[in-house]
Parts: sequence; C-alpha cells; structure tokens
Amino acid sequence: MKRFTASLWGLAAITAMVFLALCFSPQPSSPAPAVPADRLQINAAGATFPYPIYSKWFDEYHKAHPEVEINYQSIGSGGGIQQLKAGTVDFGASDMPLNDEMLAQFSFKLVHFPTVLGAVMPTYNIPGVSAELKFTPAALAGIYLGKITKWNDPALTGPNPGVNLPGNDIVVVHRSDGSGTTFVWTDYLSKVSPEWKRMVGSNTSVRWPTGLGGKGNEGVSGLVKQTPNSIGYVELIYAIENHLPYGQVENSSGRFIKASLATVTAAAAGAATAMQHDVRVSITNAPGQDAYPICSFTYLLIPEKISDAAKRKAITGFLQWMLTNGQGMAEGLDYGRLPKAVVAIDLKAISQID
Amino acid sequence: MGSSSIFLDNTRLGHPTPPGAAGRVRSWIRRLASGDEVAHIITLIFAASIVLVTLLLVLELYRNSALPRHKFGWAFFVTSIWDPVFENFGALPFIYGTLVTSAVALLIAVPLGVGAAIFLAELAPPRISDALTFVIELLAAVPSVIFGMLGIFILVPILRIYVEPFLKSTLGFLPLFQGPMFGVGFLAAGLVLAIMVVPFILSVSREVLLAVPVEQREAALALGATRWEATWKVVVPYARPGILGSVFLALARALGETMAVTMVIGNDPRISASLFAPGYSIAAVIANEFTEAPGDLYRQSLIEMGLVLFILTFILNGLARLLILATTGRGTERA
Amino acid sequence: MNRRTWRKVVNGVMLGLTGVCALATVSVLFFILGYLVLNGGRYLSWTFLTHLPVPVGETGGGMANAIVGSGKLLLVAAGVGLPVGFMGGVYLAEFGGRTFPFLVRYTADLLNGVPSIVMGIFAYTVVVLPMHSFSAVAGGLALGAMLIPIVLRSTEEFMRAVPRSMREGALALGANKWRAIATVVVPAAIRGIATGMLLSLARVAGETAPLLFTSFGNPYWSSGFRQPTSSLPVMIYTYAISAYDDWHRQAWAAGLVLLALVLAANIGARMILSRRMSSARG
Repeated sequence: MKRFTASLWGLAAITAMVFLALCFSPQPSSPAPAVPADRLQINAAGATFPYPIYSKWFDEYHKAHPEVEINYQSIGSGGGIQQLKAGTVDFGASDMPLNDEMLAQFSFKLVHFPTVLGAVMPTYNIPGVSAELKFTPAALAGIYLGKITKWNDPALTGPNPGVNLPGNDIVVVHRSDGSGTTFVWTDYLSKVSPEWKRMVGSNTSVRWPTGLGGKGNEGVSGLVKQTPNSIGYVELIYAIENHLPYGQVENSSGRFIKASLATVTAAAAGAATAMQHDVRVSITNAPGQDAYPICSFTYLLIPEKISDAAKRKAITGFLQWMLTNGQGMAEGLDYGRLPKAVVAIDLKAISQID
Repeated sequence: MGSSSIFLDNTRLGHPTPPGAAGRVRSWIRRLASGDEVAHIITLIFAASIVLVTLLLVLELYRNSALPRHKFGWAFFVTSIWDPVFENFGALPFIYGTLVTSAVALLIAVPLGVGAAIFLAELAPPRISDALTFVIELLAAVPSVIFGMLGIFILVPILRIYVEPFLKSTLGFLPLFQGPMFGVGFLAAGLVLAIMVVPFILSVSREVLLAVPVEQREAALALGATRWEATWKVVVPYARPGILGSVFLALARALGETMAVTMVIGNDPRISASLFAPGYSIAAVIANEFTEAPGDLYRQSLIEMGLVLFILTFILNGLARLLILATTGRGTERA
Repeated sequence: MNRRTWRKVVNGVMLGLTGVCALATVSVLFFILGYLVLNGGRYLSWTFLTHLPVPVGETGGGMANAIVGSGKLLLVAAGVGLPVGFMGGVYLAEFGGRTFPFLVRYTADLLNGVPSIVMGIFAYTVVVLPMHSFSAVAGGLALGAMLIPIVLRSTEEFMRAVPRSMREGALALGANKWRAIATVVVPAAIRGIATGMLLSLARVAGETAPLLFTSFGNPYWSSGFRQPTSSLPVMIYTYAISAYDDWHRQAWAAGLVLLALVLAANIGARMILSRRMSSARG
C-alpha cells in the first residue's frame, strides 16, 4: 500500500511539474510567441475573398522554404483587422483598406500591401435558368434593398429579354460575418444607389434589409448552391469552383460586363497613379469601357515594426516572393495580377518593415 | 474546524493539546506533519479554485459588457436594430430567435419524450426499458456539430422540398406557415434542437416516473382504472414537478446550443412571425461575429448577450434541480 | 359503444402512442448512426487519416492534424479539469463543513450551466489576449473548465457511496485520514470516478463553440501547446458549411471518426459502471 500511494503522489507530482514547465517556460516577448529554431510558424487571419490564392501561395512558399509555415485562417476581413489589433496574429488581410480613423485605433503602425485584384459578382441559382443574366445597378440595389422580390420583375426581365425568368421569390444571400467582400459590394451599391447609401451604407458588416447570412465566401456560395431561387455575391473563384452561374453587371459606361481577368485589369488601369500617394483606393464603378464595376484590390496588413527577427525575415521574404513568383499564379485562380506600377510600389514598401 | 465528515479526527486521540498558544501551534504543526491537514488544505485549495474561476468568469463577463450597458441600458433588450455601420445594437432579434427555436423544440420534444418515458417506465419490461434508455442516452452524447451537419445535408433539403410546402398548403392560413421557404430558418433549428433535447426529457422523466411509489399506481388500478388512466391521471400528475424539471433542463440546453443552430437557422437578425423565415439566436451570433466584431461597443454588446444567456440558463438549471429533487424526494419519503 | 369499451380503446391507443414515441426516438439515433457510417465510411480513407489539408479547392487533403489537435486539446483539458474536479470532489465528500461546500457546489452548478460559447469568450479574454496568440492551451483550458463540474459531481457521488464500514475499518487498522481516503475509499470508488472522467472527456471532445476563438485553426501540425491548432469538431463545422464537395466528403468522414470515439467512450464507461454495480451486489 505504501508503494501504491507513494507512486500515486509521485505520478501526480511529475505530471504537475511537466505541465507547469510547458505552460510557463520562458518565451521572448513579441506580438505572438516564437517557436523553436528550425520550424517557424506565423499566424495570420483575414479575408475570405483571396483565400484560395493565399492558401496556394502559403503552400507554395512552404514548399520552397520548408521551415516557414504560415497559418492563415480565413475568418473574414473584419476578423483579420480585429485580431491584428488585439495582437493575436502576426499579420492580417483585408479587402477593405483601413481609413485613418481605423488606423488610429491601432497601437502600432501598419503598411498596406495590395496583393491581387479580385472581382465580386452576383451569383444565382434559378431552377431552369442556365443563361448568363444581365444586372443593372438599379436591379442589384433593388434586390438587396428588398424592393425587388420576384425574379420576373421588370428590372430583371428588361435587360434579359430572351430568358424565361420564373415568378418565384428571390432568396437574397449575404455574409453573416465581417467581410471585405461585403465592403466591396456595399461600396459599389453605395456609389450607384443613393437610397442604399442613405439606408445601409458600406462597411464590412452592415444592417441588411433582407436575406440569409452565410459565413465566409464559402458559406455564401454553399447557401446559394443549395437554395433554389437564390442570389448571392461572391468572389469570382468561388463561383467558378462551385460551378455557379454568375451574371454580367452594367458598368459606368452603360455596357454589360462579365467579370474576367481582362475586365478586372481594365478597372484597375487608372488606379496606379493615385496609388503612388496612397495604396488605399476604391476601384468600384471605375471609369472605362471595359471595366468591370465591382472589383477591388485586396490588402495584406503588415505591422511596420516586427521585433522577432526570424519572423520579420520570413514575412518580408514571403512578400518579395509574392510580388515576383506569386503574381504568376494569380491568373490561374482567376485573380487579376497587380499592375506593374503597383508591384513597384509594393516592393519599395517592403523596406518600410523593420 | 467543524467537520461533518464521518471521519473521526483521530489525530488528536492520545495527544491532548498542551496548554497555551504555543501548545496549540505545536499541536497544529504535528497534525500537519501527519499529513491530514496537508490533505485537507490541498483539496480545499482545489475546491476553492473552482469558486475562484467561476467568480472570475462572471466578473469578466460583467466587466466586458460595460459599454453597451451604459450606452443602451435596458433598452438593449427591446430594440431590434443590429446596425454595425451606425453602431446601434439591440438584442431583441436574438432573444426572439433563441426563444422561438427553443419553444418549437420543446413543443416537439416534450410530448415525444414524456410519451416515450411513460412507455419505458410503465409498459416495457425492465430489460428492454434499460436497453432502450441506454440507447437513447447515447443520443445525448452525440456532438452538436454532427447534428448541425445532418441538419444541413438531410433535414434542410427535406424541409424545403417536402415538409414546408406541405405545411404551407395545409396550414398556410396561419402566419406561422407563410412566406418564402428556404429550408433553413426557425423551423429547421427548432427541429434539430428537439432531437437534441429529447434524451434529457426522456431520461429524467423516466427516472421520476419510476420513483413514484407503487402504491399510487396500485390504488388507482384497484379503483378500476385502466393502465392508461392510472398512468395519466395518477402517476404522471404525481411526477409532474420532476417532469417539469426535465423540461427546464431541456430548455436550458436548447437555449445555449450554438453549433447546430447556427448551421441551420439562416443567420439573419430579423423578427418574423413565420417559422419558415431565417433568424438568429444569441449563441449563434456570438459564434459568427465575436472574432471580428469591429469596435469595442460591438464586441461588448455580444458579451452582454452572452451574460444574459448565462443568467437565464443558470436560473433554469437551478429551478430544474429543485423540481426534480422535490419529486424524487417526495417519492422516497412516502415509501 | 359504452363507457367501458371506450375507456379500453383509449387505453390501447394511448399506450400504443407511447410505444410509437419510444420507437421514434430510438430510430433517430439509429438513423444518425447509420447515415454517418454509410457516408462517413464511404469517404474515410487512409489519406484522410494521415495527410494534412491541402490548399483550398484542391482535393486529396486529410485531417491528420485535426485528429492530433483534438488529442492535444483533450490532454490539456484533462490535465486541468480532472485533477481539479477530482480533488474538489474528494474535498466535498471527505472534508469540509457546511457553508463552504455549499458554495463550492453552487458555483460548480453555475459553471456547469455556462453555455459553451460563453466559455469560449471567457477563455479568449483571459488566455488568448494576454498571451497574444491563439493556442491549444487556451482551447484546452476552456474545455477543462467545462470538465470540472461533471467530474466534481461524479467523484463526490461515488465517494459518498462507499460504505462507512470501509472507512472505519481502515481507521481501526491505524491509518491516518488521508491514508484511509487514498488507499481505501478512492480505490473503492475508482470505477465510478473513472467513468465520470471518461464521460466528461467524451462530452468535451465534441465541443466546437469554445474552440472557435481559442484554438482557432491550423493547416499544419501545431508544435507544442502554445500555437493555434486544428481540431476535429472545428474542421467538421468549417468544411460542412462550405460549398466544396470534397470538403463535404471529408466532413462526413471526420464526423464518423468523432462520433465513433465519443460513442466508444460512452459505451465503455457505462459498461465499466454496470460491471462495478453487479460486482458490488454479487
């Protein structure tokens, strides 16, 4: 019995010691704890909009540099901003650039790095309709305001004369989480509909007049795919990968444009000059005959000062790689590559990080 | 220390405390060395840590919900606006969603659970009763995310394609069954919750029914009642407090359920009369929006709702415990 | 029809209905099991169990890190929750007076009633924020806190069930109080205590909500305990709500793995308990 109890106490003591050792072993202070020498894990979070290309990039970069593991969680642009502010991740990602007011809320300085161009389009699931629908700005605003409720509304049948739109109720799908994609969508709607701007506004999270909420681009495309007569807004790659039809949108020149690499690049064409001063631009409803009206740059938010040398090297290394090798992979996943002028701006900005 | 333990404090036997303060200290040190005081202190520390952690939790919740409490006050609970752009938050849609889905869940689960409990307690032979109860209690162990998954892939399409149109065509005159049918919504969430809480109602009700003294049943039968009448008119009313307690337990579980609800409720903070409409619940909105709530007011509004949910479930659990104790206690005291 | 026949009919119908209720409830469980076994089994593969997730949109990934991650979380949870619950239960059963034990039981009930999502908020504010990182520790602590009330209650219950005579026998042989507890009472109650622990672990193994903002997620292996980690329930959730068919298939397989583990623990625990019961009687 003596041995039994003694060994019990001994076991308990050892377990306690091991556990305490694990928890309280000294760590260098930094925004997020470092990991032993050879394996470096960097935590990041943010936009779901570019998640497919980011996850491909981080994976490819990991293959090229096996000791660097970048753990990116796509929780939405709002999440990326908040967690970066709280210091729980090493860098963030957002489709919505942070204005000066938001930047003031941070206790450290950030650098915005545009990475790719993406397009947001209306995707829909109407039984029996496989054609590509044409949407006017008024139609999109009306649907999302809850004013246009049926698929055979004149605002929809007008631009689509050959299509047999049913009289079913439109099921509106939007984001339930804080999303840069939402920001791009609502930014566009605010520009084309004064009523939308007045009633709802634009942000990563808004008060939706109507509709179901899906979590992430993934959740919205999932809901649209499974719900007949629905319409949602998703990033291009999500519509393509899930075989969802997406429509053409009328741009500021009055032409109906389908989102594609060419039309997205056209929208960004005029932006490069403005970005010399400030990379935070909005390119929704951009001027230009061939410009697709609902697209956006997406940004990585990198802290200006990274105290951990290993992390700094890894992050700046990744940025370098992303701007040179990475850009070539963007078009394969239907994201627009950055205009050359913007790549130059970015490369110069890397030196800001120290 | 006045110990109500059945242990005699035999460490003092044969060692009377020497007089004076020094003597008492020496006596304590000797008892310490013998190990009993050490054991007492160690276990006491662990027990105290439970109290401390819980207090810390309540404190943190209270502290981190200060902003909305000051800004909105009680109006928070009756406003139905949830506007992140204009920073106006009201908890009403979420409270409504939580209550509606729980109500639907109970409406389905209580008759089902109590009925099954009656069958298992009164009719089934003991071996079958035990076996079936075992099986049904396993249902309580199924993780909620799995219920959510089954909800998305199986229940929601069935609702959208068969059940909701059927309800609309037969009972469509009621505002409950009007409006567009998405599959996801209050009805889907209520049904999933019903499946999740039935084991609780069944298990507790069965135990409570079994605790009813056999004389009650026999007296009723002796007076000429049928099996059913004896059960329904005598046994069940006797066990009613306990059954009510099981309902409260189930309600507490349903209110706090997060994953299964957020996967099938539609995630739309809106109050609608129709069960087909999408909605939102307190737990679901916290799960979806906590990591990204921009701004302290937003996040703290979520925390305030979490605090409210916590208080509600606590009250319900406490009531449930009292009621169940009352019934089983009554049963044993008469026996 | 006279009154008596009517009553007989009602009797038959209502009793039949209760049987239907019981059948319905049981069949739901069998349906869940069956569907998961069918679908999950179809997509369960060696790749799934041993590979890491691949980039979004590509096929061929697995959930090896999620399975290990869940194991890590349970390890932390057990390391925290089991000792605290056990020791607390010993305290309540063997030591203590009137007011303090009442307070302990009351707060344990309070803790038990905390919705799991609120526990996640708590762990986020007291662990993740000060640590400046999502981690397995944070997730494990949230789960551990949920274990405590269950283990506490079952430990106390089974310790109290040990007959007085055993304690008195030990004392009569000259043992100290703590000796008697450690060498006689606890071993006598150990089966029940162990089942309580096992059941509580099975319960928290399936919890998703507290992990959403504590252990976060990780497509790679997480090193140590201070990094974010993937876990089965969170992966199931993320994959199930997405639109990728491959992810749906993986979610089914993961659901099967999780359910199999949870049910095995439950069934095992109950079997241990029933053996204990019959051996006590016999």
